[in-house]
Amino acid sequence: MIRDLLVCFFLLAGGLLSLAAAVGVIRLPDLFTRMHAATKTGTVGVSSIVIGMMIHFSEVTVTSRGILVIAFFLLTAPVAAHMIGRAAYRSGVQLWILTRIDEWKTHGVNHQDDDDD
Amino acid sequence: MVEIVCSIVMVMLIVAFGAAFIRVVIGPTLPDRVIALDMAATIVVALILTHCVQSGTYYYIPAAISIALLSFIGTVALALYIRRGGAS
Repeated sequence: MIRDLLVCFFLLAGGLLSLAAAVGVIRLPDLFTRMHAATKTGTVGVSSIVIGMMIHFSEVTVTSRGILVIAFFLLTAPVAAHMIGRAAYRSGVQLWILTRIDEWKTHGVNHQDDDDD
Repeated sequence: MVEIVCSIVMVMLIVAFGAAFIRVVIGPTLPDRVIALDMAATIVVALILTHCVQSGTYYYIPAAISIALLSFIGTVALALYIRRGGAS
C-alpha cells in the first residue's frame, strides 16, 4: 500500500514536472530561458518517473537499468544544452531584451576569428 | 490505483509532447527547434517507462535507453551543424 502510494507520488511528480517544462517551452521569451526550462525540468521529470518505476518493480534488474537511465540523463543533458547554447550564442541568436547580465559580452575574449576550436 | 495514475501521467506527458511539437513548428530559430526535439525525445522516454509500470513488463527499458542515446547524439550533431553556420 505504501509502496503504491510512493509509486503514484513519483509518477505524478514526473508528469507535473513535464507539464512545467511544457509551459516553460511555450511561454518563456527567448531561446536560453526556454532551454533552461526544457532541459532541467525534463531531466528531473524523467528521473522521477524512473524512481517510481524502480519502486514499483523492486527487482535488481530493473533497479540497475533505472540507475543507468538516470545517470545517462544526468550526464548528457547538461552537455547537450551547453553545446546548443554555445552554438546559438556564437551564431548570433539575440538574448531577451530584459536580460541584465551578458558575461560573455562584457568579460569574454572575442573569438570571432577562430571558429574551429 | 497505480494503473489509473499511469493513465493520468500519460495524458500529462502527451500534453507536454504537444507543447514541444508546437515549439518545433513555431520556433523562430533552429536552436529552438533542436531543444524542443530534445525535450520531445525525453518525453517519449518517460512515456515508455510509464507504459512499463502500467503493463507490468520491463522489457522496454533498453528501448528507452536507446532513444535517450539517439536523442543525445542527434542534439550534439545539430549543435555542431549550427556552429558551422547552419543553413545560412
